[in-house]
Amino acid sequence: MADNKVAYRKFKDSLFRIAVISFALITTLPLIFILFYILKQGITAINWHFLVSLPKPPGESGGGISNAIVGTFLIVLVASVLAIPIGIGAGIYLSEYKNSRLADWARSGLEILNGTPSIVLGIMAYIIVVEPAKGFSAFSGSVALAFMMLPVVIRTTEETLKLMPESLKEAALALGTPYYRVILKVILPSGASGIITGIMLSVARIAGETAPLLFTAFGSPYMNTNIFKPTDSLPLLIFNYATSPYNNWHQLAWGASLILVFVILLLNIFSKLAVRKWKVQF
Amino acid sequence: MDHSDIKNISLLSLKEKIFKGLLLFAIVTVILIVVALFLVLIINSWPSLKTFGIKFIYGTTWNPVKDKFGALPFIVGTLLTSFLALIISAPFSLALSLYLGEYFRSGWMSEVLQNAVELLAGIPSVIYGFWGLFVLVPIIRSVEMELGAPPYGLGVLASSIILAVMIIPYSASVSREVISLVPGNLKEAAYSLGATRYEVIKKVIIPYTWSGILAGIILALGRALGETMAVTMVIGNTNNLPTSIFSTGNTMASVIANEFTEASGNLYLSSLIEIGLILFLITMVINFIGKRITKRYSL
Repeated sequence: MADNKVAYRKFKDSLFRIAVISFALITTLPLIFILFYILKQGITAINWHFLVSLPKPPGESGGGISNAIVGTFLIVLVASVLAIPIGIGAGIYLSEYKNSRLADWARSGLEILNGTPSIVLGIMAYIIVVEPAKGFSAFSGSVALAFMMLPVVIRTTEETLKLMPESLKEAALALGTPYYRVILKVILPSGASGIITGIMLSVARIAGETAPLLFTAFGSPYMNTNIFKPTDSLPLLIFNYATSPYNNWHQLAWGASLILVFVILLLNIFSKLAVRKWKVQF
Repeated sequence: MDHSDIKNISLLSLKEKIFKGLLLFAIVTVILIVVALFLVLIINSWPSLKTFGIKFIYGTTWNPVKDKFGALPFIVGTLLTSFLALIISAPFSLALSLYLGEYFRSGWMSEVLQNAVELLAGIPSVIYGFWGLFVLVPIIRSVEMELGAPPYGLGVLASSIILAVMIIPYSASVSREVISLVPGNLKEAAYSLGATRYEVIKKVIIPYTWSGILAGIILALGRALGETMAVTMVIGNTNNLPTSIFSTGNTMASVIANEFTEASGNLYLSSLIEIGLILFLITMVINFIGKRITKRYSL
């Protein structure tokens, strides 16, 4: 009787163990399926022509996505120019004036900003940039994406600088170095690895964003390098072409997906390696 | 001290002031962005707030032609898809966090799983949607034909499954951390009483960590509520109240994504912005609750 009960409990234990292991392993299946499917569909689309030419109208085969590649680069670059200086500045402020009231407000604000759905940030950029300018533009898309980068850049900067030993700063100050030079020439360079990792993470976060670009950058089938005109980006192109009924556009979208996933995975892997190599902690 | 030294020092203090001013500028900009976010959303949804009042939230008609707007179908759509996604993902994320936090804390397989989950979080939403549209939707369509349901393929079920995959990394990461933080002596005490591992998990680990697991679920919910692209691509985009898991619909985020650029007329646009405002407030409250709970664990 007692033996029976022990056997039953052991049986339940091993059953649970098997369930945990199999459910945990199943979670990797979607990743494998998605990556495999994109690779299968996308690899046939990609060649040199695909990278350097413009999309063809529906029905014509061939064509490329050069406008979206250039557009993505442009939008992300402008977003970085907007977000990185302010992000690093605010990060320094948070680590230098930890307990000030402004720092408290900023921390609560950043928590809100970080959790805000990206589409809502798109609405914000539409209202403050697109409406006054009376037109869609790459710049307005960059503004929306900069809102998303800020929390990541600020948090990683703050966390990195917090870990700098106080003695480092004191040593520099004791030599008579002015405060701003201590920060710019001693503290920031020692924390550079962490800050660069944070920037990579934030770029990885926004490079695949579509929702805030729908009504800001808007998309365009032409090559465009003017940041005040509508511009295409890889995620936008994928959305527009994937939901179109045309086969050759689907092909372009699969190719674009493969490139986008590849770039984002590379960014993630690089920042992970950086975290490991430089022993950065966030 | 000669004249040039004094000039140098005053130049230095000027540089110092500029530097501190720039830091102040950065932090104030950040605060202003968040304040502006609130103000801009409220001011621009004012026409809709004034016209429909509280009726906006429980009105079921969304008719741009007659300028009549009620957001209930989208609120229901958002809550339905998000909660279904939570239910679908729960066993998987719990298993994953037990696997990584209790059964196999190290080893190459855990390393692989850990990395796979992080990569899952990195895949852009639009690509989940694309894959869902071309792989998942046809599968669901054939299941619906078997069951005799209208074979759209698109709809609440497809959205929930895609969302479930997307939120697993978020709920699993928090619960894994709290599960790995359970003090060893608590578990050892239970083992020494003759408990099996399953019993330790059920009677010690889960009761000890339930609020952390809950926090992970709440934070994942915050993600699911605001998720736009994947849902927009597979939900079918119809403005009716969803009646079953097979019906098509729209979420708050997807209706904004779909209709914002073609919104003609002030009231139409302002109603869409009000939906954005509601979405913003709901996710803010959800995230706030989740963060409060995780702070207790000082993660």
